[in-house]
Amino acid sequence: MNFKHKYVFLFPGLFVLIGILIFPIIFTIRLSLSGWNSYTPEMNFIGITNYIRLFTDDPRFWESFFRLSFLSVTTVILQYIIGFALALIVWREIKFKRFFRVIFLIPMMTTPVIMTVIWRTFFHESLGPVNDLLGNLGVEPILWLSDPVIAKFTVIIVEVWQWTPFMFLLLLAGLLSLPKEPFLAAAIDGASPFRKFVYVTFPLMAPISIGAIIIRLIEASKIMDTVFVLTSGGPGTATETSSFYIYIKGLREFQMGYAATLSFTYLVIMIISLTIIAKVLTKLMIKE
Amino acid sequence: MKMKTIKTCVTALISALLVLSPVAYADKWSDQFPHIKATGDIPGECSYESMSKKNYKGKTLKINTHAVPVMGEPTALHAEQFAKLTGAKVDVTHTPAGDLYAKAMVPFQAGQAPYDIVFGFSNFINDWKRYLEPVPKKYVEMKQMQDVTPSHIGIASWDGVMYQFPVDGDRHYLKYRKDVIDNPKYQKKYKADTGKELRVPQTWKEYGEMAAYFNGWDWDGDGEKEYGSAEVMKKDDLMYAAFYSRSAAYSKNPKTPGGFFFDLKTMKPLINNPGFVEALTDWVAATKYVPPGGINFGLGDEIGSFGGGQTLFSFSWDDAFVAAMQPDSPINNKVGAAQLPGAMKVWNRTTNSWDEGFNQAPFFVWGWAVGVAKKSKEKEMAFDYLCFFANEANHQADIGIGRFGVNPFRNDDFKADVWTQIGWDKDIAQSYVDTLAQMEESKNRVFPLRVPGTFEFNAALATAAAKALAGQLSPQAALDEAAKQWEDILNRVGKDNVRKAYSVGVAMEDNKL
Repeated sequence: MNFKHKYVFLFPGLFVLIGILIFPIIFTIRLSLSGWNSYTPEMNFIGITNYIRLFTDDPRFWESFFRLSFLSVTTVILQYIIGFALALIVWREIKFKRFFRVIFLIPMMTTPVIMTVIWRTFFHESLGPVNDLLGNLGVEPILWLSDPVIAKFTVIIVEVWQWTPFMFLLLLAGLLSLPKEPFLAAAIDGASPFRKFVYVTFPLMAPISIGAIIIRLIEASKIMDTVFVLTSGGPGTATETSSFYIYIKGLREFQMGYAATLSFTYLVIMIISLTIIAKVLTKLMIKE
Repeated sequence: MKMKTIKTCVTALISALLVLSPVAYADKWSDQFPHIKATGDIPGECSYESMSKKNYKGKTLKINTHAVPVMGEPTALHAEQFAKLTGAKVDVTHTPAGDLYAKAMVPFQAGQAPYDIVFGFSNFINDWKRYLEPVPKKYVEMKQMQDVTPSHIGIASWDGVMYQFPVDGDRHYLKYRKDVIDNPKYQKKYKADTGKELRVPQTWKEYGEMAAYFNGWDWDGDGEKEYGSAEVMKKDDLMYAAFYSRSAAYSKNPKTPGGFFFDLKTMKPLINNPGFVEALTDWVAATKYVPPGGINFGLGDEIGSFGGGQTLFSFSWDDAFVAAMQPDSPINNKVGAAQLPGAMKVWNRTTNSWDEGFNQAPFFVWGWAVGVAKKSKEKEMAFDYLCFFANEANHQADIGIGRFGVNPFRNDDFKADVWTQIGWDKDIAQSYVDTLAQMEESKNRVFPLRVPGTFEFNAALATAAAKALAGQLSPQAALDEAAKQWEDILNRVGKDNVRKAYSVGVAMEDNKL
C-alpha cells in the first residue's frame, strides 16, 4: 500500500505551527537586524548593531532583567508555599471543603488588569483605604507605590494574591491523584503528620510541584499588566521588568528594530534559564 | 380693561424673553442637542444648521481617540451629534494616551488607514505629518479658523502647512488656592513664622517655600490634612512636560536665542546644563511637599488632587483649574490662575554663567491634536466632522467642562465674559484670561520639542528625571545620563534631520515665525 498521502494530513497542523510560531520568530530575528523606528519605517539591514547596543550600552535592560528574576522567583516561591498549604487544608476532610475550594479559586477567576486597578486604589497613598485604616491605628502613611523598595513588595503582594490559586489548583489536583497505599503504610508505622508530609506527601508531589513551579515561572517572567497598571515601572525604574521595558521601547518609543532585539535576546535567555531551573529542581526534589 | 391686561402680559413675556435670552437659547438645535443649550447654534460654516444640510448617509467615519473622558468624551459626543445631523455612521475607538502614537503609526507605516481621523498630541506632528492630509484651504480660511491664536496655528502647522485641525489649546500655568494665598489671617501667620510675604509665588523658590509651609496640616478646616503641591511626577505619564515647565525659568534665557533643548548650531543637548539641574533639584525637593504617593501622580491624579481641594498649588494644563471651577467642586471659585513662577537667575550658555535677575518663560506645552489620514477614503466627511467638533457652539460648551480636556485656543476664549457666563467669579475669570493672554504676548516662550524621535527624547528625559525623584540618582547624574542618551538618539536619527526640524520650533521661540 502507498501511504505517501498520509503526509497530507500533517499539513494543517504544520501550517498553523509555521503561522503562529516559526514565522513570528523568523520575522523577529529579521526585524532585530533592522533599524525600524518612527523616522526610518523600513526593514533596512544594519547587521548586529542593535545587539552591540544591547550588550554594551543598555544597562537598563539588564537591570530590568535582574529585577524580573527577583520578582518572579520570590512570587513563585510564595505562591508555592501558600498554594501548597491551602491545598493541604482542603485535601483533608474538613467542613465546607467544597466552599473553601471555590473561595480559594476566586482571585484567579478575576481579570488581572481590573483587579490591579482595584489594588492600586487600595494602595493609593493619600486616598486609598489601606493607609486610611492604618492611619486610624496611628500608623503613618506607607508609601506603597512610591518608595522604590516597598513598591517591589506591593507588586509581589498583588501577584501572589492573583496567582496563588493557580498553584493551589494544580497542587490540589496532584494531592487528589496520589495513591493511598503509602499513606496507609505510614499510618500503620505510626508516623506523625509532619513525618508523613516530609517523607510521603512531599516526595510524591515532587513531579507535580516541579511542573507547577515551571509553569508559574514562565508566566511570572512575562509579568507586565500588574506593573503597567500598578506602578508603570516606577518610582524611577524601581519596578520596571523586562517585558515592560520591551513594551516601552517597541510601542511607546516605536524603536521596533531594537525592541525585536530585546525580545529575541530575552526569549533565548528565558529558554536557557528555565531549562536549567527545571533540571536543578528535578535533581533537588526527585530522589531516585 | 381685559385688553390692557393682555397687553401688559404680552409685554412682560417679551421683556422676560429678551432678558433671559443670553442665559438659555431655545432654538431648534439646542432643543435636540442640550449640550449647546447655553448658546444655541451659532451660525458658521460648520454649525449645526450647516451640517444638517450635508448628507453622508451610507458612509462610515472611523475615529481613533483618547479614552473617556479627556478628549474621548467630546469626540464621542460630537460623533453622535454629527451622525444625527448628516446620517453618517461614526465608529469611535478609545485608546489610552500612551498607545495613541503607536496605534496610528503601525497602520500608517504599513500603508493602511483603519482610521480616517486620528487623535494624538501636537508634538507628534513631525513623525505623523507625512501620513496626514493637510487641512484644505477652505477650512484654513474659514471664519472659525481666523479666530485661532497665532501660537496655536503655529503648533498645528509645519512649514506653513496645517496638518492638525485645531481643537484644543494647551499651556502650563500655575493654579493656587485663592482662599489661602489671599487670606489676611494666613498672610499674617506666614509673615510671623517666616518673615516673608504670602503672595502668588513669583519664583519656584517661593513656590517651594510656601508649599512646604502649607504641607501636612488642615488649613481649610475640613478635618483632613492638606498638602503643598500636586504635580505630574509619574514616569511615562507626561511628567517630562512638568519638568520642562519647571526648567523654563532657569534655562530659557532671552539673551541666548537659538535653542532651549539643544544648541541649534552644534546640536549639543542642553538638558544637563546648570539651569536644568537647578530645576530638577527644586523638583526633588518638591517630593517632600506633595501628598503621600504624589511621586506617582499622573495627570488624572493631579487633576483629582488639586481639583478635590487637597493641595495649595498645582501647575499643568487647564483641566485641573476648570475642574476646580465647576459648580460641583468643593473649591469652586476658591482658586486663582497665574503664569508659571519664574526664577531670580537664568543660565547663560554663552558666558557659561548665571545671569542674575528675574526671568519668566511660559511653556506652550503640547496639547491634543487631530488629523485626517492621507489614505482615508472619507477625507471630506472627516474634515467636516473636525470642523463641526470645533464649531463655536460646541467649543463654548466644551471648554467649560473640565473633564473634556478642551482648552482655550481662540481669541474669543480670552474674554472674561465667556467664563462668568458659566458661573465663575468675575475676578477669577479675569485673572484666568489675563494669565492666558500674557502667555500669548510673552516674547520668551518655550514650545514643545517637535523633532523626529520626539518620543525617544522625552522618554529618556522622563526616565532620568524619575530616577532623580525616586532618589536613584542625583539631579546632575540623572541629567548627564539623559544628555548622553540624547546624544545617542541624535546619532541614530541623524543630527541634520533633528536640526532641520528643531529649527522650526526655535524660530517660534525666537519670535521669528
